[in-house]
Amino acid sequence: MMMLTAAWVEFDLALDLFPLAAALLAVVTCGLLGNYLVLRRQSLMGDAISHAVLPGLVIAFLLSTSRSGTLMLVGATAAGVFTVVAIELVKRLGRVEPGAAMGVVFSLMFALGVLLIEQAAVRHVDLDADCVLYGQLETLAWFGAPPTWGELWAWSTVEAVPRSVWLLLVMCGVSFAFVGLLYKELRVASFDPELATSQGVHAGAVHYALMVLVAAATVASFEAVGSILVIAMLIAPAATARLLTDRLGVQLCLSLAAAAVAGLVGYFGATAVPVALHEANVLPGLFTGGSVNAAGGMTVAAGGLVVLAAVGSPSHGVVARAWRRRRLGREAAVDDLLAALYRRRERGESLTTPADLADGVVYQPARALRFARRRGLVEVVSPREALGLTGAGLRRAAEVMRRHRLWEDYLVADAGLRADHVHDTAERFEHLPLSPKRDAAVDPHGRPIPPPHDPAG
Amino acid sequence: MSASHAHGGLPGSITDVGAGWPAWSEVAEVMLLRGGYNTTVVVVGTTLLGVAAGIVGVFALLRKRSLTADALSHATLPGMAVVVIAATLLGGDAQNLPLVLLGATVTGVLGVLCIQAILRYTRLQEDAAIGLVLSVFFGAGAVLLSLIQSMPGAQAGGLEHFIYGQTAAMNAGDARLMGGIALAAVLAATLLLKEFALVCFNDAFAEVDGWPVTRIDLLMLALVVVVTVAGLQAVGLILVVAMLIIPPVAARFWTDRLWRLVVLAAVIGGLCGYLGAATSALLPRKPAGSVIVLTGGVLFLISLLFAPRRGVLAAGVRRVRLRLRIAADHLLELAFLGGGDAVGAAELARLRRRRGWRWWLRPMLGWHLRRRGLGRFVDGGFVASAAGLRRGRTVCRNHRLWEQYLVSYAEVAPSHLDWTVDQVEHVLGDELIDELETSLRQRGIDPRGVAV
Repeated sequence: MMMLTAAWVEFDLALDLFPLAAALLAVVTCGLLGNYLVLRRQSLMGDAISHAVLPGLVIAFLLSTSRSGTLMLVGATAAGVFTVVAIELVKRLGRVEPGAAMGVVFSLMFALGVLLIEQAAVRHVDLDADCVLYGQLETLAWFGAPPTWGELWAWSTVEAVPRSVWLLLVMCGVSFAFVGLLYKELRVASFDPELATSQGVHAGAVHYALMVLVAAATVASFEAVGSILVIAMLIAPAATARLLTDRLGVQLCLSLAAAAVAGLVGYFGATAVPVALHEANVLPGLFTGGSVNAAGGMTVAAGGLVVLAAVGSPSHGVVARAWRRRRLGREAAVDDLLAALYRRRERGESLTTPADLADGVVYQPARALRFARRRGLVEVVSPREALGLTGAGLRRAAEVMRRHRLWEDYLVADAGLRADHVHDTAERFEHLPLSPKRDAAVDPHGRPIPPPHDPAG
Repeated sequence: MSASHAHGGLPGSITDVGAGWPAWSEVAEVMLLRGGYNTTVVVVGTTLLGVAAGIVGVFALLRKRSLTADALSHATLPGMAVVVIAATLLGGDAQNLPLVLLGATVTGVLGVLCIQAILRYTRLQEDAAIGLVLSVFFGAGAVLLSLIQSMPGAQAGGLEHFIYGQTAAMNAGDARLMGGIALAAVLAATLLLKEFALVCFNDAFAEVDGWPVTRIDLLMLALVVVVTVAGLQAVGLILVVAMLIIPPVAARFWTDRLWRLVVLAAVIGGLCGYLGAATSALLPRKPAGSVIVLTGGVLFLISLLFAPRRGVLAAGVRRVRLRLRIAADHLLELAFLGGGDAVGAAELARLRRRRGWRWWLRPMLGWHLRRRGLGRFVDGGFVASAAGLRRGRTVCRNHRLWEQYLVSYAEVAPSHLDWTVDQVEHVLGDELIDELETSLRQRGIDPRGVAV
């Protein structure tokens, strides 16, 4: 048996080739279609469909008494489509809230499925709900696998490909073709159904086509990876990509990458992590050297990617946004500091020490002072720690004061506020990079408005 | 026969295949709560749970939280698994129900918090947040379950009950715990009905009015958590959400008043719990969770179809009636305008074509007009009675009145009139017509001047 052994990844041609192929095909297919569900705020349709196909599977199974029939695919897809229609009907006819309508329909379908399975079990038929939930990747192992990679390129390999992998391959192809051919239609129907209709795109037809495809992809992925992974893969990669970009095309590519990464990490991690923990003797009673459920592993990996994107995304991440907010707060504090120094100078108070700033006018004076000094806006003249504005500091302070006083003038003259009511508003507006167009020379309190900075003079 | 007659877990562990239908005496015993102590406690506990779920579900439905509860129930799996793992590692009792339920509560609440955090700190929408939490937490649970299965000496079998639910696996103590939790939820919801209603219908007003909205909202959510966790063993984590959703949705068809909604949802929920537990005790291979949910489904379908005002059937009848009245109006107006009392076959055919009458409309219309003594179809044509002609005259007058009104006051161009008038003339009440006539008179327009 040939092995590819990296630092912690073990790839066994016989045991891993087809399961990995099935898993990757499933996650990529679901990841691609999921983009449109997430954009259309119908993520839970995938959840509903994957619960609701159970009775379809069981009925088809009871009719054909085998798990590999095309009948199962047809039955389950039919159940999925029925679910979509039923949810729509309950929503419209019963005027039931969408979430509740979905919950009613899929839980009823699932309950029916569980009951049918129990009845089927009476007849000693081997079908259980567990394989629907978690999938059965391990059954795809290839027992007659060739011992080397070179021998893989033979016709016998094609013959050995399991039916469910073929099915996933077809579904994957169909999904890519669907998205590729109807890219424009899907985009306009997802973002603006009314516009789509006015442009001659049948938004309803696009919706149902997408739903049928989701149902079929769900069913095709079932046997290999189980419904939990299907639900996760319909949502998580698209959500990851959505946190990273605003462009649909980029989002599609990123979501495919995220799906593939989650699939690989989850698949190999499901074996590697418990084995590594076992070897490191962490909780020896728990990690006995066996691998964990691969579908669950991929689900958790996909969730991990969402968390990473949510925290670390440069554009929409929590960290990036907190950093931007912090920087904005810092600039405002520096503005306030410079303005305070400017005012003291204006009043003729030549000597200002850091202690003078602790009067509450400047927010976080110590922090503001640190940044202002680092940027060369304020200098400290040493013997008495007197604070002075540098040339650049004076220019910026004048800009801030100009904005502040122009806003005050505007608020009194045009917005009709009283002169003693405008300072607080102007204090906030002065940080904005814009000011009202006015030609007043003094503010409502009689103080001069600094002229605009002229780089030439 | 008691609940311990219990078929085992899911397929595979089942041995008693031959059990057939129970005798009537047995059915009566269980239904009348005389089927042995264990069975009785389980049936009562599950019924109470159904009542609690129905009541709590009303508020979850009104707060549009139905699917949050789904995420919550799926998120309980890793918590239960962690408790089993910890108990096994520490050599404790892995089947300790209160501890397992505590673990379930912790991760369930964690899941809800994750949803809130996703909504607050990222740009993802609620549906994606719910789906993410639901699948990722359950996936983590699946990982832990597979770990338990490889642990020597641990029984993962106990947790399987929580996924699909199994009342038969319950003992009297478990059922009492569940019933107690349910009873507490019922009491809390009943005592705080007014506060909950306020927050559900107008939380902004409640806030302004000085109510602790956040705390009331948290309490509602806590009740959902409590009922979900209590329902895990009976119904299973996949289906427990149905107990919260289906009874209130079904009850909603019958009433618009909150207290009636709460009572009805409680009754429907209780009925589901009662029938589910009793059936599961009596019949092999009828998992209580599924029976409970499907009972709810039957009640839901009945409500959806037959509820007097919001039901599909009632709405259909209303629509057909309106169609008939409109068609009759058209026909009678035509008869009146013709000067005599008859509408010829050719003219009738033209009307049918122009108004797009469906195939069933003509025979039903005949019945409708005859019953009201407005006229009858004769030899392919139509003959109006005196009453029919009077009605035709009224319709004609309404038509003209509306035309005049729209031209004079709504500034609708005369060429656009016909379509607009046709929409409204049939749905006007007599009072509105009188009012319209009066207002026209006040403005110096004589309605008789435009009437025929």
